[in-house]
Amino acid sequence: MSATPLLELRGIDKSFGPVQVLRDVAFAAYPGEVTALVGDNGAGKSTLVKCISGIYSTDAGQFIFDGQPVSIHSPRDAASLGIEVVYQDLALCDNLDIVQNMFLGREKRRGIVLDEPTMEQMAAETLAGLSVRTVKSLRQHVSSLSGGQRQTVAIAKAVLWNSRLVILDEPTAALGVAQTAQVLELVRRLADNGLAVVLISHNMNDVFAVSDRIAALYLGQMVAQVKTTDITHAQVVELITAGRSGELGLVTEPATNGNGAAPAGSTTGGVS
Amino acid sequence: MSTTVVKQDGPAAVTPAPTVATHVRDYWRRVRGGDIGALPAVLGLLVLCTVFSIMRPSFLTAGNFANLFTQGAAVTLIAMGLVFVLLLGEIDLSAGFASGVCAAVLANVVTVLGYPWYVAVAAAVLTGMVIGTTLGVLVAKIGIPSFVVTLAGFLAFQGVVLLLMEEGRNISVRDSVLVAIANRNLPPLLGWVLAAVAVAGYAAVQLLRHRSRAARGLVTDPFAVVLARIGGLAVVLGLAVYVLNLERSRNVLISSLKGVPIVVPLIAVLLIVWTFVLQRTSYGRHIYAVGGNKEAARRAGINVDRIRISVFVICSTMAAVGGIVAASRANSVDPNTGGSNVLLYAVGAAVIGGTSLFGGKGRVLDAVLGGAVVAVIDNGMGLMGYSSGVKYVVTGVVLLLAASVDALSRRRAAATGSR
Repeated sequence: MSATPLLELRGIDKSFGPVQVLRDVAFAAYPGEVTALVGDNGAGKSTLVKCISGIYSTDAGQFIFDGQPVSIHSPRDAASLGIEVVYQDLALCDNLDIVQNMFLGREKRRGIVLDEPTMEQMAAETLAGLSVRTVKSLRQHVSSLSGGQRQTVAIAKAVLWNSRLVILDEPTAALGVAQTAQVLELVRRLADNGLAVVLISHNMNDVFAVSDRIAALYLGQMVAQVKTTDITHAQVVELITAGRSGELGLVTEPATNGNGAAPAGSTTGGVS
Repeated sequence: MSTTVVKQDGPAAVTPAPTVATHVRDYWRRVRGGDIGALPAVLGLLVLCTVFSIMRPSFLTAGNFANLFTQGAAVTLIAMGLVFVLLLGEIDLSAGFASGVCAAVLANVVTVLGYPWYVAVAAAVLTGMVIGTTLGVLVAKIGIPSFVVTLAGFLAFQGVVLLLMEEGRNISVRDSVLVAIANRNLPPLLGWVLAAVAVAGYAAVQLLRHRSRAARGLVTDPFAVVLARIGGLAVVLGLAVYVLNLERSRNVLISSLKGVPIVVPLIAVLLIVWTFVLQRTSYGRHIYAVGGNKEAARRAGINVDRIRISVFVICSTMAAVGGIVAASRANSVDPNTGGSNVLLYAVGAAVIGGTSLFGGKGRVLDAVLGGAVVAVIDNGMGLMGYSSGVKYVVTGVVLLLAASVDALSRRRAAATGSR
């Protein structure tokens, strides 16, 4: 598809105190494609996402967005570039209603007064565009919604902003079969509309169902980023668990580790 | 409900138009689901007023009605500021003595230094803002729990009041404008005009909102409910102004005493301003968001620290206004201004009115309703001749009741998964 990535990361390092969570990570997301970001628990997926969205600052590395080097220091910076994240823990306010949550931090105003009718109308249109019919009233507090409905609101919130890059952190983890199918369909539709979509998932079926590319993290290192059609299910699992699979993955350094089968890289004794 | 079908005057209603019946049913379902709002305060107010009127007929006189406002004003004003802090799930224990410090500054500037009243008021309000900024920065930037910061403030400000009063002297406030705030009344005609303006303004806001929503095809409240709200406000305000405009002087020949106390429009204006800020501006929306889910607010790009500091500034500034009113009512400031029960009454007022101690839920109106409950208890028990010991115990029990209603309704809301 598109040759130039919308977002490209180079050499991202991130440590929390003595723990280095991301190590020289390179990553690219292409417009019109779903890039699946996979990795075991603790591999650094969520940290990488939080770096992209400006919640964490990075220790080193470059962000290139749309061909331009950019720096992202806060969620606002990310939002102004058109980067939207749907978090695993949803980040909705229980005491606010659906419309208030969808516009949180970016309320429509007329003068200094909130423009509630416009916001409600835009929210209704967005939800209708995602063919959401399960929500009874837009003025319902989020605390009264089911897990699937919350996920829908969270995704709708991200889509509302004509964003260019949408990152979904395990959007199907808490959903039933039918809702999962709906969300995946929605993910595909976002990419078909020209957005760059990053999908974080543990579910290989989901990954192979919708993604165009797969990026695998292993103990804070990006071990491979390949087209989904060029890789098999089993290879992805190997990349996630061992950091390498055949020609793919961490290159063992012959000088130190002659043995090609060893789980290479300088990281040792990491948790999984 | 008598009205059966309400005309939906929008071009395209997507969802079935709510009727009065469904509106009432929805409200009842919300109440049962744990979203009771100010209902306990309103019911409590009705019960208390009924009981006191039966047991002490003097409770129901125009004179006593006017007294309720002037007695409850300072606590209500402080409670209005506390609502902002409580909305974030924080607490400000220093608000009472902060009002004392501001009152002491006021008295010193106007009486000891002899500046005009507006300079004194400005100095008092500025003192409140400085106190609030200090507390807010300590809580938000340094990260000390608000309970500890404001407890320290509670102790320190008590001392500051003593120092400003030069070890316990009291300073009288004789400036006619300042004294008028809590002791004088509006001319009866002006009372009616203000009430009419308030009702007309409320009606305009309600009707405009109804029309603009209907024109866009959004779900509107039934028109009858909108009319009922406007009518309800008109009746309540009309009755209150009528009673307050009755002659309440014991001997008319000596002096006439009638009209709405000046503190009433003061409270009303602040109530409108702060309600507008909380409900109609993005700043207010962000306060609720930070109170509901701090992390979500942060991820939405809201500057959480700034919000946290600002609510302490609002709280201490309102405490300053409360202190000015207290000084005006007493015609003086002494080391106990803003002390003893003022803070607990103010926290009680906010919580009794339906503001949650857990954050994220509450309105400025809650403080006014709760303040009314506290004032009625204080006033009624006084008329019944109970000692202040009994009054404290009863107020404490009422606060405890309100807090348990809050906790239980939260549990119920969690259990039923409703709002």
